[in-house]
Parts: sequence; C-alpha cells; structure tokens
Amino acid sequence: MTMIQALRSAMDVMMARDDNVVVYGQDVGYFGGVFRVTEGLQAKYGKSRCFDAPISEGGIVGTAVGMGAYGLRPVVEIQFADYFYPASDQIVSEAARLRYRSAGDFTAPITIRMPCGGGIYGGQTHSQSPEALFTHVCGIRTVMPSNPYDAKGLLIASIENDDPVIFLEPKRLYNGPFDGHHDRPVVPWSQHALGNVPEGHYTVPLESAAVFRPGKDLTVLTYGTMVWVSECAARETGIDAEIIDLRSIWPLDLPTIVESVKKTGRCVVVHEATKTSGFGAELVSLVQEHCFYHLEAPVERVAGWDTPYPHAQEWAYFPGPTRVGAALKRTMEA
Amino acid sequence: MSQTPALRLHVPEPSGRPGCTTDFSYLHVSPAGAVRKPPVDTSHFDTNDLAYSLIRVLDEDGQAAGPWVPQIEPSRLRKGLRAMMKTRIFDARMLIAQRQKKLSFYMQSLGEEAIGTAHSLALQQGDMCFPTYRQQSLLLSRDDIPMVEMICQLMSNVRDPLKGRQLPVMYSYKRAGFFSISGNLATQFIQAVGWAMASAIKGDTRIASGWIGDGATAEADFHTALTFAHVYRAPVILNVVNNQWAISSFQAIAGGEATTFAARGVGCGIASLRVDGNDFLAVYAASQWAAERARNNHGPTLIEWVTYRGGPHSTSDDPSKYRPADDWKRFPLGDPIARLKQHLIGIGEWSDAQHDQAQAELEAEVLAAQKEAESYGTLLDGHIPSAAAMFDDVYKDMPEHLRMQRQQLGV
Repeated sequence: MTMIQALRSAMDVMMARDDNVVVYGQDVGYFGGVFRVTEGLQAKYGKSRCFDAPISEGGIVGTAVGMGAYGLRPVVEIQFADYFYPASDQIVSEAARLRYRSAGDFTAPITIRMPCGGGIYGGQTHSQSPEALFTHVCGIRTVMPSNPYDAKGLLIASIENDDPVIFLEPKRLYNGPFDGHHDRPVVPWSQHALGNVPEGHYTVPLESAAVFRPGKDLTVLTYGTMVWVSECAARETGIDAEIIDLRSIWPLDLPTIVESVKKTGRCVVVHEATKTSGFGAELVSLVQEHCFYHLEAPVERVAGWDTPYPHAQEWAYFPGPTRVGAALKRTMEA
Repeated sequence: MSQTPALRLHVPEPSGRPGCTTDFSYLHVSPAGAVRKPPVDTSHFDTNDLAYSLIRVLDEDGQAAGPWVPQIEPSRLRKGLRAMMKTRIFDARMLIAQRQKKLSFYMQSLGEEAIGTAHSLALQQGDMCFPTYRQQSLLLSRDDIPMVEMICQLMSNVRDPLKGRQLPVMYSYKRAGFFSISGNLATQFIQAVGWAMASAIKGDTRIASGWIGDGATAEADFHTALTFAHVYRAPVILNVVNNQWAISSFQAIAGGEATTFAARGVGCGIASLRVDGNDFLAVYAASQWAAERARNNHGPTLIEWVTYRGGPHSTSDDPSKYRPADDWKRFPLGDPIARLKQHLIGIGEWSDAQHDQAQAELEAEVLAAQKEAESYGTLLDGHIPSAAAMFDDVYKDMPEHLRMQRQQLGV
C-alpha cells in the first residue's frame, strides 16, 4: 500500500469496527479527499459516517469536540496543516483541556488529520510543519508516521486513543519515500518493505519510537520525511548513524532516545520545521538533561531556516541530505 | 477636486453613560400578545418578521396574552419562580462570600434568571446544554444538583468536583446536561452543534442547546455554529442572551446597532425568534417551540433573548464607570421575578405571604449550603485539593513526563 492507501485502510478498519467513528472534513466525503485518503469511505459507510464539511477549520474541530462529548470518535481532516490556525482555539483551549477542566466529566477522543511538510513546491501555505505549536500544548498527542506500515498502525492507535491526537501526515511521503534527492525519480512504496501493510486491524503503539537504522557512531533524532533524508545522509557520508524515528512526537518515547545517545555519545536532531523554538529545541534539551555525561560533542540541529517556506528556493530551504550529512560529519569530528 | 466629503469612522456609543439616562427606544418592544406564532415546521424565511419584533406574553399588569401563551401548570410556574428566586439569592450570597475573600471570583446573573430557568423546563432529561458562565439558573433550577457541591466548586475546596482546577463558576455537570464551561468565549456554541449532529448521526432523540452572549456573537465560532447548524439541519437551539452589555461594551459595538441578533439566524437559513427574556412565559413558550422543532427534525432555531445585565459583569467589574447607575430600573422589560410573581398572584396561584415565605426558606437553604461547603474549606484557609491532583486528567493515562514532574514536586 501507499501511505494514502494505508491511511484509508486504517479509517476503513476503524469505521467497520466502531459505529462511533465518523470521518469528515473539507472535500472528504463524495470526492474522497484532495489526496484521495478518504476515497470510497462515503460510498461504503454512508453520508452519516463520512461527509463533506464547510470550509471552516474552527467549525470542523469545534463540532468534533461536541461529538466527542456526546460519545462519538470523530476523525476529522484539515486539508493542509498550514490551515489549522483558525482551529487553534478549539484545539488548544477546548480539545486539549476538556478532560482536565471537567475532571474527566467530558472527554475529547478525537483525531485531527493534517497533511504536513514540504518538498513539493507547496510554497508558504502548503508546506509547513507546525508540530511545535502542538507539542507545547498540554493534553494533546502529536503523531507523525514516516511510512505506510506505521501510518496505518499509528492512525488506528490514534483513533482508539481516548486523548485528542494531532495526526500529521507528511504529504511528500504519500506516494513513496523521499530522501531529499529531488532530481531523482520517486520510488513507489510498492518497491519498499514498509509498503507491505496488513489488510486488517493492527496498531503501532503511541509513545513508541522506532530504531529505523541501527548504528554506533551517533544518534539522529527525527521523524516524518527527514527519517529518509537522514538515512540517505548516513549512507552518503559513511557514518554509522543510529536513526530514531520518533513516530510519537509528544508525549514521546524517552527511554529509546536516552539509550541510544548514551550508547553513541553523539546526537543530531533533524526536522523540516523552522529552527527557533522548533521541537528540536525540546529534543536537544532532553538529551542534555538525560545524557550530559555521555555526550562527546555538542548536539546539533538541522532544521528549516527561520523563514516562511519559500517557493522558488525550495531546495535551498529543505534540509536535504547534504546539509544533514555535513552536520553528521561535524558532530563526528567535534 | 472631489465633491465627496471626507470619510469618517463610525464608532457606536450607548445613549446612556454615567450621569445620563439611557434611551431604550432602540429595543423596539412589541406589545404583549402582538407577535404571531408560526407552526414548528416553518421555514426560516417565514420567521423574518419574528427576528425583528419581540415575542411577549405577560403584559404590564402581569396578564398573559396572545398566541404564545403556553399550556403550563401553575405548579410548574411556581417551581420556576422559586428557581429564579433561588438563583438570585444564591448570586447575592456568593457575591458577599467573594467580598469576604471566601472565593476568588464570582459572576451574578441578576436580571437574567428567567431565561435559563424557563428554558430548562422546556428541555428533557438527556438533552445537553452548552452554557456560558451566566447560565447558573440552568443548574439551580434542578433538584438533583446539590448547591453545596456548586459552592465547593466556587471555593475550590477539598470537595470541589473539579479538583480546584477551574476558576469559580466554570461548572461541569454531565449528568445534568450541563457542559463543562470554558473561559474562551463562543467555543461552546459550535460544540453544541457538533453534539446535536452526533445525536442525529446516532438516530437519537436528544437535542442540544447552545448559549452565547451578545458580545461573544462577534467571535468566529458564532458564525461557524450558525453555518454548521444550518448545513446539517442540526437539532440544536442556539440561544443568544442579549443583556445589552459585554463588560463595558454596549451591544451596538458587537454589531447590534439598527439590527437584531435574531436577524443573523434568518440570514444563515435558521428559523429565528426574538423574545422578551424577562417574561418567564414567553421564554418557556419559545423554548418549547424550538425544542419541539429540533426534536421533530425540522432543524435548528436561533433565539435572541432580550434582557438586561442587572449586575456588574463580574466581581472584578464596576459598571458605574460606563453606564447609568439606575439603568436596570429603567429597562422597559422589568424584572423577571417581579413579573412572574405578579402574574401568579393575578391568577390566584401565589401571594405576597407565600413569596415572603419562599424568600426566607431559600435564604436559609443557601446559607446552610454555604456553611456546609465552608466546612470543607475555602481558598482562604488552604483546604484545597491535593497538589498531586494537578497532574491527573491531562491525559487519560499519565504520561511519563508528568509522572516525573509530579515526583519533582514531591507529591
């Protein structure tokens, strides 16, 4: 399966298993989504389970909070992560805090899917990686898969989870892995082991990171598209990097991170999002807090520049294998 | 050279400021009984006139008139009167408790007691209200919500059902159909629509009731709620409590000048009513009409309740700085308690003596509840929920980082 098919399969499985799962968002119903992720779901489950929504992110998330309070398990889509901002109040002030402020009287077991990330000439409003705006909010979970297998397992786990989950989907990975070499043809998921996705129900647990590539020289902490870029950088530099795909960005799997950094003694954090106050800052802080006496070198961050995401300068902006590779070398030489 | 004059920015002002008298003619008050009552399956289009007039039942003499006179037992009216009185006495008592520093903050609903009280009589068990912070009458009109528990919330003491996490008055009572109150305005208005959509998705028979003030209608979620309610024909009552004031801002600054909030509903394809919010019988009749409409799949209703915020916005507010001191006394729709009392006496179902007796009983009841709640502690004496409870319920299961932070606090 592609990541698109895997995500669709996750919703199909959950809609079949649980009558309380409903799927809606802009162009999600009849048309099947601008990225085809919900294709066929309305035909299979009916308009009361999968339907189109007005162009109102605040309305989509706000109604989902109300449905969650009723007892449904809504899975809603924001067409691009760049457009979640009108729903900020409902996410931060409502979904995230409902359980806390009502002492468990009401809950918001909702999943908010958002295609994110760049590398597609999406320009300023079709490329952003806003995960740090969510990880700073207590009460929500932020998740991002890097391959079809994890995408399905993590989405099912997110839907089943009783906390509100922000589910970020790197649209650059929808049809195949992407290592940052934009000049080379895309290899489809059908030619990759992680494109082998079981048809039925399975989960990838939240708060569990994956050692994507075992190594002994240094630890790369990353997620989403940058998992593939980091692997490419390791291959091209010959550095035996241990690449950890966080999968759950927050709350995260700290033991896997700490164990790896204590083993390698070096760490590079890689993400597409802008650098300052990005999630990488939290990762660097956690590593120095928990691994200080094991560190042989300063922890580096490779991130998007602190600029809006440009159109023409896409590949100067996107942290590709060259930039990541240079950071790996600097960290090894430090 | 241009012949047109220089453009000027229009900034609405209330006619009455401190030291002046408000001109209430902007309310366009219709006589009691004058406004027609359409069938519950009416189209939104056919409610256009209702959105610009004012549905009233009780006239100046307290007599019920016109097509909106509800069929309601005098015993239920007496129950409603008592609930309104209880709400007002409760508010007055909690205001004193705040001044005595037994609670940090309070918000009265003085003058707006009829709206929540009569509305709740028109709803059924299982329906869900999404209130603002000024619908305490929805709770105080119920028999199954102990006042002691509400006061424990206000005092953030060891018996506070919300474990000291919420500012006073931000109650949550799922079992009473009272959604958790949020400090963020208007957010609950769209959530009410979502809840109603869920009820429709499941083929349920329960309806939702969303609440918002005149000022908060300017928030995006107000417009979002109307759009979604209309698009999905959600079984929801959308209540706009127009008490003329949003803290210091007159309702004209929220967009009420030369129009009504009910008119917004019609524009969004929603059947809309504008109702005398201080007329218990009109509130009950209109609520019942909207509830029947929703429950029979005829869709949402928007109701603008025209009332007046009799008290300060909150215990942190001094209205004498922005409006006339005697404004409420001059408000043309009067006092909801006095009006229902007059009506009940007029039909021989109440008396001054009964009223005085009820007043005394309710004062004693509230005082006793406060004393009991105080025995469980107040913010002042430090008998508050444990600091360990601060870390619970952020997530369903406590993640590792919160466990570590709780350990760091040593609790």
